[in-house]
Amino acid sequence: MTVQGILQLVVLLAVLALLAKPIGTYMYRVYHGERTFLDAVLRPVERGVYRFMGIDPAQEMRWTTYALALLAINAVGFIILFLLIVLQPYLPLNPQHFKHVPLWVAWNTAISFATNTNWQAYGGESTLSYLTQMWLVVQQFLSPITGVCFLLAMVRGFVRHNAETLGNFWQDFVRTLLWISIPLAIVATLVMVGLGTPQNFHAYTQVTTLQGGKQTIAQGPIASMNSIMQIGDNGGGYMNMNAGTPFESPNAASLTLQLLMGFLVPIGCIYLFGLMVKDVRQGWAIFVAMALMFAVGALVVYHSEAAGNPLLAHLHLAGHANMEGKETRFGPALSSLFENSTTAVSWGSTAAANDSLTPMGGLVMLFNMMTGEVIFGSWGVGMVGMLAFAVMAVFLAGLMVGRTPEYLGKKIQAYEVKMAVLAMIVPSFVILVFAALSVVLKAGRSGIFNHGPHGLSEVLYAFSSGVGNNGSAFGGLNAASPWYAATVGFAMLFGRFPMYLPALAMAGSLVKKQRVPASAGTFPTHGWLWILLLVGTVFIVGALTFFPALALGPIAEQFAMQAGKVF
Amino acid sequence: MKSHIGPAIRLLLLSTVVLGLIYPLVMTGLAQLIFPSQADGSLIVRHGRVIGSRWIGQQFTSARFFQGRPSATTPPYNGSGSAATNYGPTNPALIKEVRTNLAAVLKANPGVTASQVPPSLVESSDSGQDPDISPAGAMLQVPRVAKANHLPGAAVRHLVETHIRGRFLGIFGNRYVNVLELNLAVQALAHGHGG
Amino acid sequence: MQTEAVAGSGPAPSGGRRPGTEAFWNRDLVGRAFKEAVRKLHPRWMAHNPVMFVVEVGSVFTTADAIRYLASGNMVQFGFIAQISVWLWLTVLFSNFAEAMAEGRGQAQAAALRRTRTGVMAKKETPSGLQEVPGTDLVKGDVVVIVAGEVVPGDGEVIEGVAAIDESAITGESAPVVREAGGDRSAVTGGTLVISDRIRVRITAGRGETFLDRMIGLIEQASRQKTPNEIALAILLAGLTLIFIVVVVTLAPFSAYSHATVSVSVLIALLVCLAPTTIGGLLSAIGISGMNRLLQHNVIALSGRAIEAAGDVSAILLDKTGTLTMGNRQAVEFRPVAGVSEKELAEFALLSSLSDDTPEGRSIVKLAREKYGVNAQAEGGTFVPFTAQTRMSGLDFDGRVIRKGAGDSVAKHVQSLGGTVPDVLASVTQEVSKLGGTPLVVAVDNRCLGVIYLKDVVKVGIGERLGALRRAGIKTVMITGDNPLTAATIAKEVGVDEFLAEATPERKMEYIIDQKNQGYLVAMVGDGTNDAPALAHADVAVAMNTGTMAAREAGNMIDLDSNPQKLLDIVETGKQILITRGALTTFSVANDVAKYFAILPAMFVVAFPGLQALNIMHLTSPQTAILSAVIFNALIIPALIPLALRGVTYRPVDAATLLRNNVLVYGLGGLALPFVGIKLIDLLVTALHLVQTTVR
Repeated sequence: MTVQGILQLVVLLAVLALLAKPIGTYMYRVYHGERTFLDAVLRPVERGVYRFMGIDPAQEMRWTTYALALLAINAVGFIILFLLIVLQPYLPLNPQHFKHVPLWVAWNTAISFATNTNWQAYGGESTLSYLTQMWLVVQQFLSPITGVCFLLAMVRGFVRHNAETLGNFWQDFVRTLLWISIPLAIVATLVMVGLGTPQNFHAYTQVTTLQGGKQTIAQGPIASMNSIMQIGDNGGGYMNMNAGTPFESPNAASLTLQLLMGFLVPIGCIYLFGLMVKDVRQGWAIFVAMALMFAVGALVVYHSEAAGNPLLAHLHLAGHANMEGKETRFGPALSSLFENSTTAVSWGSTAAANDSLTPMGGLVMLFNMMTGEVIFGSWGVGMVGMLAFAVMAVFLAGLMVGRTPEYLGKKIQAYEVKMAVLAMIVPSFVILVFAALSVVLKAGRSGIFNHGPHGLSEVLYAFSSGVGNNGSAFGGLNAASPWYAATVGFAMLFGRFPMYLPALAMAGSLVKKQRVPASAGTFPTHGWLWILLLVGTVFIVGALTFFPALALGPIAEQFAMQAGKVF
Repeated sequence: MKSHIGPAIRLLLLSTVVLGLIYPLVMTGLAQLIFPSQADGSLIVRHGRVIGSRWIGQQFTSARFFQGRPSATTPPYNGSGSAATNYGPTNPALIKEVRTNLAAVLKANPGVTASQVPPSLVESSDSGQDPDISPAGAMLQVPRVAKANHLPGAAVRHLVETHIRGRFLGIFGNRYVNVLELNLAVQALAHGHGG
Repeated sequence: MQTEAVAGSGPAPSGGRRPGTEAFWNRDLVGRAFKEAVRKLHPRWMAHNPVMFVVEVGSVFTTADAIRYLASGNMVQFGFIAQISVWLWLTVLFSNFAEAMAEGRGQAQAAALRRTRTGVMAKKETPSGLQEVPGTDLVKGDVVVIVAGEVVPGDGEVIEGVAAIDESAITGESAPVVREAGGDRSAVTGGTLVISDRIRVRITAGRGETFLDRMIGLIEQASRQKTPNEIALAILLAGLTLIFIVVVVTLAPFSAYSHATVSVSVLIALLVCLAPTTIGGLLSAIGISGMNRLLQHNVIALSGRAIEAAGDVSAILLDKTGTLTMGNRQAVEFRPVAGVSEKELAEFALLSSLSDDTPEGRSIVKLAREKYGVNAQAEGGTFVPFTAQTRMSGLDFDGRVIRKGAGDSVAKHVQSLGGTVPDVLASVTQEVSKLGGTPLVVAVDNRCLGVIYLKDVVKVGIGERLGALRRAGIKTVMITGDNPLTAATIAKEVGVDEFLAEATPERKMEYIIDQKNQGYLVAMVGDGTNDAPALAHADVAVAMNTGTMAAREAGNMIDLDSNPQKLLDIVETGKQILITRGALTTFSVANDVAKYFAILPAMFVVAFPGLQALNIMHLTSPQTAILSAVIFNALIIPALIPLALRGVTYRPVDAATLLRNNVLVYGLGGLALPFVGIKLIDLLVTALHLVQTTVR
């Protein structure tokens, strides 16, 4: 580890802290109908969209209606994508005449893009027609917005009292698309092109290399797809190796800015939350809790990657950093930072080969996802997950102040606990049960690439990534095999809806409650004690659930590696 | 549910046209207008012929050229299909791969010892298209390249030094040398000397 | 060992010992609790507690496993598994024991109360004179005579006489109280002892209807009620248990993949250690003992919900008189109008009060005699008692009409006799009001003489208690019938946050509804019938035992002492229950960390020798490690029974401080303690050669 390496983390966190307020404030203005600089253009567009859709944006929705609308857009998106993939031989815009895609891959891909996971079980360029690819971009715009809507509804559950409704889903959705997704994507595309990412509709370029060899260079509208992929924390880039490829991220500047792009809306969501509950300290407390976990994770990964692989020590190279599966221009520090972010912020695009990370590096990735990706965690959903943890923390520790636990002035009672427990249990179940089946069934075992404890890590990673709607992978695992395509598809589905519908239900219950005024007897949900409690809850719940599995995966591998054992 | 399907379908239709069609076309138009070279892939043209992209690494096996990192794609440095080895840290294949690569480097660069070889030069990159090597990885190849091109070592070393690129804002990323650009410079120098 | 778990630090008037709870580990109680603990092993009973039910099922499995090894002659494995099995059974038993202890203590209190009733004989008035009948035969309306040394046979109302009564059997308060006919101190409770004088009592509650009967019934029911927060916590614990079941079940395939052989019994041992057995085992005991603790404060909660609400209370309505100030006001000064001397006023004030037996009346007599040396007599005068209509009292003596009373009623009286009210009287009255006193106007015939200044006497120590409430974030509101001026002065003197002056039953109720709409949880005490509407709206409504039936029925708690200050104790007890629950939950979950470090390396060290590094406690062998963790897990339950039954000490400080202290003790303590405990047990297990250890 070097000072310069650690400085990268410090500077990033400082920039995030500076940006949270302006972005969050802008988002707040967007959702509360206050003036923004884009209004002149977008207000008429917004009205036009509502008219075209045939909806009344002023109509308030109960949590059930809100959830149904949310499910409707996801379901329709899923069905269209599924049909496009299955029927692609009979549809236009298929100049390469791609044939039938296996059903399970169609299923996996359709869910993947509807849930903001963007796990890619297919080989993009060689499987999907232009029509289908085009649709993937549409889904990359739309699927993260669902997450923000989840958050808006949930926070309204805390903010409103003695009420029934949580807002209008379509209004939240359309405003996010118009005021946030599209403007950010446009700016990001131009920045990326400026830094070297191609944006064209040319055929692949055939070149004769300097040495006289032949090389085919892939071309295409890479920047426009990658910008929304990164801004929307989608993952699943144009290229197989994502941000690791020079075209997606030609230099450190480009990767650093992509890093920042992934954080923008998630940090905005945190500050937005603080503004909505009319106490920005609440938002900052969560920001600090997340930043703390993020920093510890990033440092562990960086330390482990910089220390390298002791199994190679006998070669006595000039340095010991683990550069397998990393790019020269990024180096161990920036690669570690990006990989820690891809699992924490849940964008799923990678700049290094996660399968080749050291065991401790892999452990942090796994842990970031297993705890529900609540460390910044994508558009809205990380905040929703963190709020569920806050409810748990308040319930566990809040009793110790001698009052029925309350969070943000709302009492946490049996129904809320039931929903929080449900949101917590389902993902853990899916990860553990599918991973257990995979390591005993032949179909699962045959897809494992690296043997020994690392193989268990691969399997755990696949399902954690699926459940967390992350999309990144330990690349060695055969994700396209029927077993993994089908089961990871289920994991993505279970990770999204059974996790977030209880959160909506909780909001539906909270919104009806009376608000309890704060006093000296109120459990304080800001300040260091609360931050540590929140971090402790996330850590303990995650650790208690996954420690045995992790002990047999990365932890066992770490000790084996130190003892010079290979598998 | 039923009352939501209609709006959902209409919203998706609108999105398909705006986001799936108009957005990439408009972005391409803008990009081609503002950053024409970057938008086309930062291609390097010599004598009217495209010889590669500045960003996509090329395979160099000849002693006259600086060589890049091991690539896991097939064929190596495949410009349209990125890939990594995905070897885990306790996979014996990883150790074998690094050992083989090291042996090749040591063989190609007589006089160089393992302790001069940075890990990046013997461990495979993430994309398989990594266009860069570390300054140390370039330096150790200087004697060989100079000899093969009949150039003075100091001149080649100077070339390497001028091709080292710094970190973003002096903080982010690593220092590196773009192999293709360096080799173009070496070639130019060699031609200058020869002709 | 003393048993009071008195939460308050202030001068709580209660907290006396109750019969049947002298010793914590009372031999009888423990014996019965053990029997009960075994009886509760029945699966139908265990199913009420999912956490412990899982442990019981696990115990059955390990027992079967042990028998299997015994049958196959593998004595080494048998010895190990059989011990695990025994400790798992003990875990269940300890949990049942905790619950049985809590119930037993409650029942002991009930039994002791019942004893006070049996064998009491009553002297009932019948047309043929007094007749001895058993106390249990009395019905409502009977009149009995009780003399010094006798036990009051049933709840009733004194209709004649005054007596000192020892109510310690019911209230625990050793100082005798005075009960007298008429007024609001006329109620007597069955089971109390008359220690002086003779009273006639009309029985107000027949067999099975008395408070003792109700109280006994409630204590016996207590175990069957679950409070809302307890239900929420039970859901969380069930959820955690479910997660751990999946963790342990999936661990089998993971270990198979890793070529590690793990026996079913060891997996079950891991499951039991991880499941929140500590809090799961003590949860119902905490709830039951909370109710018992309230009973030690002489308060019966009519529902568990009410106890929990007490902890949440954020606004407390306190009656000024009797709660914040002494029930009686004292005359401190005579303020005559112009042209009247102080002595003259004192003389007539004295005359007006000679036959007035109220404390105020007596204090006027005392002041007049001691300060002004007046010594008038009123032989042959006619006493005119206070009525709600006239709102005056006085004396017709020697042809003169002497009256004292509220300003406006005396003014009306004087005017009706053709007199005029001097202008200066209004200012004198107002002055007294401003000082927080109550002005009583004295008039002779049609002449107003002046004002008696009656002063409220603030109870000793009330300031500190109100301060404690404020620190705990609870708003105090003084309710008084006084005018706003007087009320403001007293409110300031006493130290309440708000006051409601000129309170009528309607205004009280409106005030409560308004506070609730602002999100406050309101507690109040009431005794009169006119309090009933307000009581019905309050979240925590404490009715006085001496209060009217209407008030009692509107309340959700009944204070046997009829001590309105008790509200503060109730709030503290409510908080204590929640704190105890939270502390033990946190402790229980934090414990798991150490257990992982004990058991996981033990399970997988053969497959991955490197995992020995996780054995940071340096436990002797895998077998001793697993056994030690299981033993610790079992023993921590009985070790915490006293804490569960007594409750975590509550100090009225702000939430942040309270949280920090409790997190330090129960969170960090919960993390650290098992490391020490398991290590010690491991040393013992090794020293005693309890299991055959394979040397690593």
